[in-house]
Amino acid sequence: MKSAVLFFLTAIACILPFLLPGNFYLGIATQILVYGLFAVSVNILAGYGGMVSLGHAGFLGVAAYTYAVTSGTYGFSPWTAVGAALVIGTATAAVFGLIALRTSGLSFLMITLALGQIVWGVAFRYTDLTNGDNGISLGRGTVISSDPLTLYYVCLAVLACVMILLAAFIRSPLGAAVKGVRDQPRRMSTLGYNTWTIRYIAYIVSGFVATVSGILYVQIFQFISPHALSLTVSSEAVLMVIAGGIGTLFGPLFGAGVVVLLKNVASAYTDRWPTLLGCIFLFIIIAMPEGLLPGTRRILAGLASALRKGAPRTASLQQNPRAR
Amino acid sequence: MFWITGLFNSLAFAAVLFLLAAGFSLIFGLMRVANLTHGAFFMLGGYLATSAIGAGFWVAVLAAGVGCALLGGLVQHLLVQRLAGRELAQVLGTLGLSFIVADQCLLIWSGDPIPLAAPGFLQGAARLGVFAFPLYRLFLIVVAALIAISLWLVVERTTLGAKIRAAVDDREMARATGIPVSRLFTVVFCLGSALAGIGGALAAPILSVYPGLDTEMLPLALLVVILGGIGSLAGALIGSVLIGIIYIFGQILLPDLSYVILFLPMVVVLAVRPEGLLGRQAA
Repeated sequence: MKSAVLFFLTAIACILPFLLPGNFYLGIATQILVYGLFAVSVNILAGYGGMVSLGHAGFLGVAAYTYAVTSGTYGFSPWTAVGAALVIGTATAAVFGLIALRTSGLSFLMITLALGQIVWGVAFRYTDLTNGDNGISLGRGTVISSDPLTLYYVCLAVLACVMILLAAFIRSPLGAAVKGVRDQPRRMSTLGYNTWTIRYIAYIVSGFVATVSGILYVQIFQFISPHALSLTVSSEAVLMVIAGGIGTLFGPLFGAGVVVLLKNVASAYTDRWPTLLGCIFLFIIIAMPEGLLPGTRRILAGLASALRKGAPRTASLQQNPRAR
Repeated sequence: MFWITGLFNSLAFAAVLFLLAAGFSLIFGLMRVANLTHGAFFMLGGYLATSAIGAGFWVAVLAAGVGCALLGGLVQHLLVQRLAGRELAQVLGTLGLSFIVADQCLLIWSGDPIPLAAPGFLQGAARLGVFAFPLYRLFLIVVAALIAISLWLVVERTTLGAKIRAAVDDREMARATGIPVSRLFTVVFCLGSALAGIGGALAAPILSVYPGLDTEMLPLALLVVILGGIGSLAGALIGSVLIGIIYIFGQILLPDLSYVILFLPMVVVLAVRPEGLLGRQAA
């Protein structure tokens, strides 16, 4: 059943460009893929590792800026730039991981936020390198492709590869260890697992995927500015993860679809996206902390049983245990 | 000359940081709530002060404090308490709220930076030999020191403080001995938010108020709290001075990289003492 749904959705994703009326909608679909990949990277840490990061836009930004500087400013070939971005983005994750993983729980969250904002500050202030608030625009020839259709399929292919690898990773002994450290750090430690190393690996894998999404980001927008690294972007990714269902493989993609669509629809009517974003945050956290799909199912089930007899309250506490 | 002036400016900035971080640390230490709306309250305090400046500087600062205290109380009552026991939901809830507050500020006060004039008798500078110290910055340092001392006195020397300390140490036991822990939480939340608002108002004459001030200051406050140790007032003081010095000297000496060198103290402190300089070992 599940694999049938998956097959169906993959098939839809493959023929989607021919169902959409124009390049504008194709662009939005591509954005969903890229933000979906970014949300997946956050979910690796938050969902499977139990460590919520509010600084992941930093990795997206480091990768995108590395690409833009190598390819745009210094004129290296796009593929060299991809390589440079992969190396520097992942290295940044390796360094940040050393710092952030000195702590856990809320302190971890605060440190990742601070680290992310430091990257933002560099992008904003180091104008010689990053062109400051104006950002860097990439011209023709400095990106892998400017054709919307090619970009869509490139992003889809990358996303598919990452999802397949990630599914394998989650099922592997190492993936099980990551989840074990999330749920029972002490027990895992007693069993002889090095909990720190396992968390560190999860952090780097997550940073790597965020780096990949950053490279795709700069391909589809052909532009990077500090706004792409802001706390808002990191928070949007966390929202996508929670909306889609934290700790599920495909949930973040669903969440990304919802948030990107809402953002695009809303921007047609109002400038007040941050307010709307905040309201969605509050709504999901208060009403459906387990995600939109299970939340809707629970509320419908609750309504149905309320119709039959009194109103039973299903536990709305978050089921996913956090690292303490 | 250069070093003295730089140090003086660092201390003035540290004073602002302390007002911001002390409230955050107080709330975090007592309630284990990382209130990410704190930066937005700081900015809101600044904006409220610019609107109330017509009634005088002191009224403006008071308005900022009271406004943020009321809002903080509301947040605690309507959001934080409702999510009791769910740390992550509380953090993300206050984060969502910070977007709303910041965006409404943008809507009300528009996108241009708004300056705030210091009161007349604090304009100008005190001369000491060849040095000139702007009076307003001196005043900021004095105010922060006074607030630090009074906070310390309240926490260490009053019944209210004893109750707060009891609730921090063992919430359940404090409840069992008849301390109204929930009401204490609301009081502390209001107090912490008021400090943020006052900080924003007092900082307005040197920083002015502009959109994005919240996300610029919040990480600095987080760094202060992480460095100093969560929930520790003295830690917040030391952390503020440290970050103030590094930030201001960084901006003078290495303007491009002033953000990167904020890394350094964090790396060193976390490597040696992950719980912060004066933080207690995590339970």
